Amino acid sequence: MPENRKYIARSSAIAARALAGEMMIMNPADSTFFTLNEVATAIFQAADGRTPLHEIVRERICEQYDVDPEEAQADAEQFVADLSSHGVLLVSSQPLSSETAGEPTP
Amino acid sequence: MSLMSEVGQKAFNLGVPLGVHLDVTYRCNERCVHCYLDHDDRGEMTTAEIKDALDQLAEAGVFFLTFSGGEVFMRRDFLELVEYARRLMFCVKIKTNAVMIREKEARRLRELNVDTIQISLYSHRPEVHDAITKLPHSWERSVNAIRFLREQGLRVTIANVLMRVNLSDHYGTQKLAAELGVHYTLDPTITPMMDGSTSVLALRIPGEELPEIFRNPALVPNQEEFCAPPKPPTEDDLESYSCSAGHSFCYISPYGDIFPCVQFPLPTGNLRRQKFLDIWNFSPQLQEVRSIRTKDLTVCSSCSHAASCTRCPGLAYMEGSMRGPSTADCEKSFYRTGVPTANMLRQGLSKPGSAFGHKMPLVQIQALALPA
Repeated sequence: MPENRKYIARSSAIAARALAGEMMIMNPADSTFFTLNEVATAIFQAADGRTPLHEIVRERICEQYDVDPEEAQADAEQFVADLSSHGVLLVSSQPLSSETAGEPTP
Repeated sequence: MSLMSEVGQKAFNLGVPLGVHLDVTYRCNERCVHCYLDHDDRGEMTTAEIKDALDQLAEAGVFFLTFSGGEVFMRRDFLELVEYARRLMFCVKIKTNAVMIREKEARRLRELNVDTIQISLYSHRPEVHDAITKLPHSWERSVNAIRFLREQGLRVTIANVLMRVNLSDHYGTQKLAAELGVHYTLDPTITPMMDGSTSVLALRIPGEELPEIFRNPALVPNQEEFCAPPKPPTEDDLESYSCSAGHSFCYISPYGDIFPCVQFPLPTGNLRRQKFLDIWNFSPQLQEVRSIRTKDLTVCSSCSHAASCTRCPGLAYMEGSMRGPSTADCEKSFYRTGVPTANMLRQGLSKPGSAFGHKMPLVQIQALALPA
């Protein structure tokens, strides 16, 4: 799948909440508990199923953090692969309907 | 420190309510002999009120949400509430007697990705369990429900409250839990009733029986450490707080009253009159609870067990002072280690005195009298 056509959405199976800007995630299927750093949290919160990953990286990461775009894209790809292997993120070459009610608060 | 502990400490330090225990009803289809609740409906929150509360809790940062009661399935809207909570991405845990859970309910709980379901089971023997719940065939229905839930792949924990009448059954119940493929927890704590009555405390297992439980390797794997004489408290220990109650955890009653913990009946506000965050951030009662460090405790600050005691500030509060000792925990510390507590020594006791045996007036859970 072309890298610029990757869409990501949060799974409705997970529990998630931000604590001081960093996301806590519990996957009830296997009781795996994750915490995400600030940058990973930004990607996770932008995973609405409609915005391509490269656009998320460009607008949410590169514009807000001082990072090299290619490096940021590679890191984001790895992060998405990791979370999708745990069932936390859904990945598709087509837009996905967001399975959750909205962004995890606060 | 585990990742979960790190997050818990972070929430504690920031004053974020990481976990909330929400009783959606006090009504129940069982009449357990040790229950501390009044089962009448005195004006439960409506579906809309609870959904509004859940919105507020999500906004406040609550992650772990425990639905309990009473019996949660006595509310016809219970699964609707769970669905709403899951849409808000809470990590949902449920405490239930499970007698109303059949295949359909189990399947729905799986679909909603509930994290864990804790089921009260008092014995591996149906006649003992049913005598405690006073509901015929309740053991059979609860155990069937556990099987339905396991078939759906849900995580289940059997919670075994231990008292005089089922004292000898914990080995059998633990074995049953293993056969069913579920976790097992044991709790010897019996709490005074909400109306202040201490009659149920007569059901508490005698303190002399506690060492046998503490020496059960299946329940306490690190016995040597667990039963070792207490280490003298350090400066850091004396600067520490009791537990998460009121710091990163609170309890909400079916009537919208907020307390530091389900076992700490200090009224701090009501969701029908105030916003959750206003209560959480500004309640004088919660601020007082948060101000108490080990060094501030009237008796326990000088106790050799100060660093390792499981002292419950809620039980202490029910005994008369949130800064005082909790006799039930003094008992556990003594029978765990054989070393007398400061509370015992000041009373000249060689064995712990019976908590509440001196008929102290108890505080009752009641709504705050606030202007509408």
